[in-house]
Amino acid sequence: MFFRMITGAFRRQWKKMLMIALTVALGASIATAMLNVMLDVGDKINEELKAYGSNITVVPNSQAVMSDLYAVEETETKDEFLKEETLGEFLTIFWANNITDFAPVLDTSVNVNGNDIQLIGTWFDHHFEFKKKGTVYQRDTGIINLRSWWDITDGKWMDEAKLSGDQYAMTGRKTADMLGVSAGDRITVKSSKGTEELEIVGIFESGDDEEDCIFTTLSVAQRLSGAEGKYKKAEVSAITSPDDELAVKAAKNPDLLSGDEYDLWYCTAYVSSICFQIQEAIPEASARAVRQIADSEGKILEKTELLMALITLMSLIGATLGISNLVTSSVMERSAELALMKAVGAKNGQITFLVLTEIVLTSILGAAAGYFMGYAFAQVIGQSVFSSAIEMSGMAAFLVMVLIIAVTLVGSIPAVRMILRLRPSEVLHGGH
Amino acid sequence: MKLLELKDVTKRYGSLYALDKVSLSIDKGEWIAIMGPSGSGKSTMMNIISCMDRPTEGQVIFNGRDITKDSRKKLTEFHRDKIGLVFQQFHLINYLNAVENVMVAQYYHSMPDEKEALEALERVGLKDRAKHLPSQLSGGEQQRVCIARALINSPELILADEPTGNLDEANENIVLDLFRQLHKEGTSLIVVTHDPEVGEVAERVVRLEHGKIISDKKNNQFSE
Ligand SMILES: Nc1ncnc2c1ncn2[C@@H]1O[C@H](COP(=O)(O)OP(=O)(O)O)[C@@H](O)[C@H]1O
Ligand SMILES: [Mg+2]
Repeated sequence: MFFRMITGAFRRQWKKMLMIALTVALGASIATAMLNVMLDVGDKINEELKAYGSNITVVPNSQAVMSDLYAVEETETKDEFLKEETLGEFLTIFWANNITDFAPVLDTSVNVNGNDIQLIGTWFDHHFEFKKKGTVYQRDTGIINLRSWWDITDGKWMDEAKLSGDQYAMTGRKTADMLGVSAGDRITVKSSKGTEELEIVGIFESGDDEEDCIFTTLSVAQRLSGAEGKYKKAEVSAITSPDDELAVKAAKNPDLLSGDEYDLWYCTAYVSSICFQIQEAIPEASARAVRQIADSEGKILEKTELLMALITLMSLIGATLGISNLVTSSVMERSAELALMKAVGAKNGQITFLVLTEIVLTSILGAAAGYFMGYAFAQVIGQSVFSSAIEMSGMAAFLVMVLIIAVTLVGSIPAVRMILRLRPSEVLHGGH
Repeated sequence: MKLLELKDVTKRYGSLYALDKVSLSIDKGEWIAIMGPSGSGKSTMMNIISCMDRPTEGQVIFNGRDITKDSRKKLTEFHRDKIGLVFQQFHLINYLNAVENVMVAQYYHSMPDEKEALEALERVGLKDRAKHLPSQLSGGEQQRVCIARALINSPELILADEPTGNLDEANENIVLDLFRQLHKEGTSLIVVTHDPEVGEVAERVVRLEHGKIISDKKNNQFSE
């Protein structure tokens, strides 16, 4: 009976119910999109911040000056290089043990089947040996530890020790799709300096611009850019002590520190003191902390999240007002019917339950539709703003459901009050 | 035996006395017509008797118990168990068919029972119309569904407010025959009307004017 009454009411008031569902769907879609973007992008960036063991970049000195002057992250008008031997200095400095990983980067433009693509030469999982003053330093390192968030969707990580020769590559998902290649395929890479045939070992998803690149061994990139024995930049991952006042002071200009302060600073693993020591060991290089960039990114992210939370809140308030209007007018339209139910003995609670069940069911349907709209919306935002796909979280779905039910119930308050006030005597005998 | 007693019942709307110190006593099984011009307070009286409204002053005594001060919840239950209502505008739920409309009253009373609901429809001669929606029924048929609904929980008292107000002559007679039958079975009936023909067939006629009873007579022509 209850069921019949519900379905009957749906059939009779389908237009109004559709409006309610639409209102809810709209609110839910915005909430879904915003929450998912918030959770996913927040996670992703936090993960990257954590995973970005690469908290120091080392670039040629003159380039550092250029970048600082124009406040541009990377200026590559003139190519400047560092010698490959300098990489060994990372193992000789006082804080060598704090340096967990490092990898050289040498990028150049290449052409594959008529497509211009950025090619990056680096170490993947590289065994490195360095001799200095009779001591042999060695380390197994490479971007395998500096790109822990890469998702290998095809093939595997490149293990340089197990491969013969150096003509191998890993490509981003986007590049692989564009070239129509998969792991195991070979591609021919051309540059002004030569041609290389590379076998694709693995394809990765990174959620950032690197998906547009081809990663290959350093030696291949050196040949293709005519920069044998050189690299452009090194990414260094170091365990550091958190910055304090002393570190901030030192970061401005180490020369201003007093003798004791200088000693304390030099012997503490501040990112600035590690950078300083790298520069001491490699005079032609400039080492900079990249955490600052990440920190400001984090701040922008926080602000963006706040904005998204506000949009979510506004859309939910909007939905509440809309629902409140629609439900009230629906109850008004049905006042005779509801009064009749009271007249045949229905209690306030029973009628309220009946009406709320209808509304909540409608809302749930609307919310489900809104969820899928929100999914599409989230992908659009993800691609256009963060250029990465947004993973939908169950947490967000649950939250949206709870929020929508709360919104529906709150929006129904005026209607419920109307039901409670409804006097069968006035409604049923009215008009004569 | 007394079923219902109104003692000095007054209902005021602002300065308007819809009912003015009305006293009335009704026996079990009686069939009473309440007559009077429009605005004389008939519906107000119905609402008070059916517990859908409270008097401003005075007492309503049902089965020897003063129910004037009962809580709303208690009144709803009381009303549900003892009273069946018939309205001028029928007030059927238009998306439910005839038998479902009867079942609504069962649902809020106890348990819907389709067989019983069909029997009630049979009593009012509408068994073959059970699956029709109100919009597919004539006015007379709708009113009979309404009567079946009023009957379904075996009330002690049936209150009908202008039950024939929207009906033609033929349907009016069918409804009056039904009342006659209910009366024979011992159900108490209070029928509000301003139609003399409907008043004539009742056992007793109470006349209202400006919220006061101006006459209260047994009907000599009344026959069982
Ligand atoms: N809810 C109300 N508010 C104000 N006045 C009312 C209300 N209900 C009825 N009245 C007034 O009380 C008087 C009696 O009304 P009613 O009992 O409906 O008369 P009847 O049913 O005999 O036509 C009328 O003057 C009517 O306008
Ligand atoms: Mg009236």
